[in-house]
Amino acid sequence: MKPGDVMSILNKVKPQFWDTDTSTGPKSLFNYRRTWRLAIMLLAVVALVPLLIMTFIDYNVTRNSIESDSLLRTARTTSNTRRTIASFLNERDNALNFLVNYLGVKSLSNPKNLTSILDSMKNSFGGFVDIGLIDGQGQQVAYIGPYELLGRNYSEQEWFRKTLELGSYTSGVFLGFRGEPHLIIAQRVTDKKTGMNYVLRATLDTGQFNTILSSLDLPNEGEAFVVDRKGILQTPSKWHGKLLSEVDLPIPGYSEKTSVQQLTGKNNVDYTVGYAYIHDSPFIVLVIKKNRVLMKPWETIRIELFWMLAISIALILVVIVGVATYMVDKIYIADQIRARTLHQMEHTNRMASIGRLAAGVAHEINNPLAIINEKAGLINDLFYYKKEYAHDRRLQANINSIIASVERCGKITKRLLSFARHIDVREESIRFKNLAEEVIGFLQKEAEYRSIVIKMDIPEDLPKFVSDRGKLQQIFLNLVNNAFQAMNDGGKLSISAHKKTDKTLVFAVEDDGCGIPEADKKRIFDPFFSTKKKTGGTGLGLSITYGLIQELGGTMTVDSQVGKGTTFTITMPLNATPREANDNENTTG
Amino acid sequence: MKILLVDDEVELVSAMAERLSLRGIDADWTDSGEKALGMARQCEYDIAVLDMKMPKLNGLELRRQLSVICPPMKFIFLSGHGSVSDFEAGSAEAESYLIKPIRIEDLISKIEEATR
Repeated sequence: MKPGDVMSILNKVKPQFWDTDTSTGPKSLFNYRRTWRLAIMLLAVVALVPLLIMTFIDYNVTRNSIESDSLLRTARTTSNTRRTIASFLNERDNALNFLVNYLGVKSLSNPKNLTSILDSMKNSFGGFVDIGLIDGQGQQVAYIGPYELLGRNYSEQEWFRKTLELGSYTSGVFLGFRGEPHLIIAQRVTDKKTGMNYVLRATLDTGQFNTILSSLDLPNEGEAFVVDRKGILQTPSKWHGKLLSEVDLPIPGYSEKTSVQQLTGKNNVDYTVGYAYIHDSPFIVLVIKKNRVLMKPWETIRIELFWMLAISIALILVVIVGVATYMVDKIYIADQIRARTLHQMEHTNRMASIGRLAAGVAHEINNPLAIINEKAGLINDLFYYKKEYAHDRRLQANINSIIASVERCGKITKRLLSFARHIDVREESIRFKNLAEEVIGFLQKEAEYRSIVIKMDIPEDLPKFVSDRGKLQQIFLNLVNNAFQAMNDGGKLSISAHKKTDKTLVFAVEDDGCGIPEADKKRIFDPFFSTKKKTGGTGLGLSITYGLIQELGGTMTVDSQVGKGTTFTITMPLNATPREANDNENTTG
Repeated sequence: MKILLVDDEVELVSAMAERLSLRGIDADWTDSGEKALGMARQCEYDIAVLDMKMPKLNGLELRRQLSVICPPMKFIFLSGHGSVSDFEAGSAEAESYLIKPIRIEDLISKIEEATR
């Protein structure tokens, strides 16, 4: 699309008030663009601000509820996992405790007994790998299991010392001699006969641990594992490090209860981490979910919310702009009509005042003029009838010249009187030729001075028509005056008339003056539109003329070419039913 | 034929009467309505030329009173004014209505028309 096309489309949708000249008239009244902008701004603020606030609140509420929901779910999962693992450890601890209390050292140190104990524990509890009894010096005195550990000395091992000290011990996961991840649970046993301390130790494999953790139903890229208090992974992890290496997340401080934290891991990935310390063990359960995955439903809602908002805003703005444009256009049109009517009334009143003044002046002048006329006539008569000065041609010529001048004055005053009279009259039968001659009569002198040729083309058989003579006079006086202003000295003005149909007459006032530019043509009938502002034009002439023609039930069109001239064409009904004119005209009579 | 000229402008009405006399028309004149009523008592005038606007007794009123005194009398109005009401009333109630200044020939022809 070319830029010219865009302009022409813009011109088509441009509201009428857009090009109003704000340099005329009371500024606040005529600045329609500002009114338009203000209306749009106010409406937009009033409509959009609550919408935006509501959306913002809804956004936050939804986000918070989704967030807290996911935290809660994480916390619950973590809590459940902790309970399962704690009870798993507890069960086995209690089993050892039971053996210690029930069987005592003697019975436990019997390998036969020990074998059947291990077998029943494997069967009923599961997870047990081996079992051994160690004496107070750390020497393994009885051992049943898949490895050759009988007689091994554990006195240097930490778990051994801790068990003697605390009575019960659960170790972290380690590979030990065997290269298999396992953990130890141990119970102190006191021989009731000798009072010597022993330690009953069992090894658990971590397989059941792993089964518990992997059975959790976690969302994508979420996982649960166990670490010890130093952050060493006790069970395998897919994403956060190798078994028995340090986890890549910071380990939160000790807490009695299950809690959930938002953490940022490496690569700036945000995680929701639920953690729970398992009592009487070195273990911490970690349930880890990626925030991005957790908030997936939120993403969907957010996008929906955004689209809803965008579409609402667009719709509201379109409606607001449309309504504002429509309203301001209506105001503009109403203002235009009001201004035109107001100025027409003013003009009519002024014309009536001028008429009364003219009539008064004409009357006052007519009386002395009549005396001069009679006196000069009498002198002339005396010359003529008495014969005394009959031979004095010069005297007689002077007298005749006085009488001729008086007659001229009389014509002027009569014209003035007739002009004034027609302002009062409402309706009468009009011969256009007379009317045109009367109008030209007022401007004859100016035309002569400026050598403007006035051509009248009015057929003799043009029918009379009924109309308001005073208004018609004003219409043609205005048009001819306009034409005079548009023309240079020596121009040509033509007034023509013809019958168009049985019911209409067409009059044309044509000049060969400067013409009207295309851009101004649309607006020349608007009140206050003037190209002669600097030279004192009010911009009301054509507006008033247009209004008068409308009042008489006629129409006016303009046809103009810059530099070649302008033609105003008026179409008048032969039998007008004029629109109701302003009432205050009645007071001018 | 005898004519009565009534106008409050003495200079005008006297000159007019003299000019008519010069043309062989017998014309009397006066400058007020009251005097005119007195002069018309014998009903010797065929036609009266009245100014529309005069102090106290205006042309229309004077015409009515003169008609009462002398019903066959004809009237011509003169006026320096051109208002519609003036024109309409004047034309309706008299043979002719002329606007000042007038040509004496026009007046004579109107008089002849009226008395014919």
